[in-house]
Amino acid sequence: MPARSKRPSKNKDLAGYEPDFLLGLYRDMLRTRALDSRIEALYKQGKLVAGCYSSRGQEGCSVGSTAAMRDDDIVGPMIRNLGSMLRHGLPMKFVLSNYLGRATGPTKGRDGSSHFGSLEHNVFGPISMLGALIPVCAGAALSFQMRGEDRVALTWIGDGGSNVGDFHEGLNFAGVLKLPLVLILENNKWAYSTPIEYQTAAKDFACRAEGYGIASDTVDGNDIIAVYEVTKKAVERARNGDGPTLIEADTMRMRGHAIHDDAKYVPKEQLEYWETRDPVETFRARLKKAKLLDDDGHDSIMAAVKQELETATDEATAMPLPTGDRDTELGDVYA
Amino acid sequence: MSAITYIEAIREAMYEELHRDPDVYCLGEDIGTYGGAFRATAGFLEEFGRPRILDTPLSEIAIMGASIGSAMLGMRPIAEMQFADFVANGFNMLVNFAAKVHYRWGPSCPMVVRLPTGGGTRGGPFHATNPEAWFTRVPGLKVVCPATVYDAKGLMKAAVRDDNPVLYFEHKYLYRRLKDELPQGDWIVPLGEARVAREGRDVSVITYGSMVYHAGLVAETLAADGIDVEIIDLRSLIPLDEEAILESVRKTNRVVVLHEDTKTGGFGGEISARIAEFAFEHLDAPIRRVASLDTPVPHAPQLEDAFMPMPADIEAAIRATVTY
Repeated sequence: MPARSKRPSKNKDLAGYEPDFLLGLYRDMLRTRALDSRIEALYKQGKLVAGCYSSRGQEGCSVGSTAAMRDDDIVGPMIRNLGSMLRHGLPMKFVLSNYLGRATGPTKGRDGSSHFGSLEHNVFGPISMLGALIPVCAGAALSFQMRGEDRVALTWIGDGGSNVGDFHEGLNFAGVLKLPLVLILENNKWAYSTPIEYQTAAKDFACRAEGYGIASDTVDGNDIIAVYEVTKKAVERARNGDGPTLIEADTMRMRGHAIHDDAKYVPKEQLEYWETRDPVETFRARLKKAKLLDDDGHDSIMAAVKQELETATDEATAMPLPTGDRDTELGDVYA
Repeated sequence: MSAITYIEAIREAMYEELHRDPDVYCLGEDIGTYGGAFRATAGFLEEFGRPRILDTPLSEIAIMGASIGSAMLGMRPIAEMQFADFVANGFNMLVNFAAKVHYRWGPSCPMVVRLPTGGGTRGGPFHATNPEAWFTRVPGLKVVCPATVYDAKGLMKAAVRDDNPVLYFEHKYLYRRLKDELPQGDWIVPLGEARVAREGRDVSVITYGSMVYHAGLVAETLAADGIDVEIIDLRSLIPLDEEAILESVRKTNRVVVLHEDTKTGGFGGEISARIAEFAFEHLDAPIRRVASLDTPVPHAPQLEDAFMPMPADIEAAIRATVTY
């Protein structure tokens, strides 16, 4: 095991879960990976110009945590939480249309990649400045508290992003007010080219919760069931009025920071090690072992995912491009 | 009916809005138990309770972020910066999140940020600045600068009801200096409508905030010498009532642009540019700007007086413009 990686969780028995739920998780990881790969391909074909920040290797963390949320809960995905967007109900076509800069997409070409939200789907969009979504999602949680709604807000941050002031202020604020907020810190070992020992002298990231007097947990971020369970526990705590939780998920960024980055600074053995812990492959093995999935079953899910992806790609590509009408642009600056 | 002060008008506006709309709430440092550093929210906690009147940790980023997150879900926060200077700590939230979110993906972000601003109070480099020009160039934000008791109330109520982030610059020098009797009932002052604070024939002074008060005093002095000064109080910088400025300039043909913020990059540059662009042929004299020195706001009275536009500076600029 390379330095900076923790041991994998001992896979829990899948008994006690509805097969449809488990297969749904698997399907959403496949959807995420398929869409992620399609975005990468479209970029390489010169068909989109948006920043491509791959979610590869982190699908389990996004899908598993979001699966613990109700539809009316707010999720605030960061750039590597494509799985969260899909799991919380954003159609693939909708997501792709933003990457493709289409006029009828969620930002009408005004912002790229996954930089958008949808109030209709209870998704808050990020900005490029990492950590900003933490106090903003705390604000969503504050509105739930003020209105007596039993909703919860979930957002994510990385090992790098956790060093900005927004992280500290947001968690401290949420702690003081016991806000229904869950923050998953995906420790994916690299913030662009900077390894975690250049980010913090602390022994880990979860220990920061103690400084805010809030609950914390750590989890194998590549074990989708473990992520689901730890998030569910935190969400229940939040819904019961017991305040926020910081969860550190141990995972690995399997691509460069963005598509242009070949990530040569990442040791080869670290990538090879984490390849053996791929969230999709390991979960497939568990489903097979539990006799919940066979090759035919996998093929049929995969066929449906491919169909969905092709349709989404066709439909998103067919959407109109922005015209650059200046009055329209000026007219949409203010509500 | 009794006269109230500028800050009492702000308080009254918030009080009425809190009663009118259950989505309105106040947050900031020391605004609850203490009633705010300037007492703008005195008694609110007793009346509305926590968390609607929310004493926050000392965290400007969290105050701004929480305002944004709740506003996107339909709440209408009124966030207090204890001093306008401290908005620097929440800058990113305002200029990158609040300002851009509607244009980017649609949600409205109805929030008011109260900014006790300005000098003349010996506050020094961190308690006396006029940072409005940091924000007037950020599309998506609105910037309001009340100069009267009436506008302090009416613009606050309009700001609370606006569906955009509104930065409300309330001038500390005016807090207890101005008193007025206000009409009863529910009324607002719409954002983006300038006011002729004083009608005159000879020269236009385009200004806002505390300088409306100072310009008014100077205008009375000059009236004795037969110089008839028109004062345009912009009331809000964004949206800007460009037509009110141009109309006055077309009438008097001479203009002084005045503000308490420092000169370089101050909003006066924008006003001057618009006049030059759209009313050049109406000008009988060059546009003159009167503003603070391009230094940090100094503390000692002798230094602050040298820093800020004083009545003598305003008077000299007006006389030079009229006699050009």
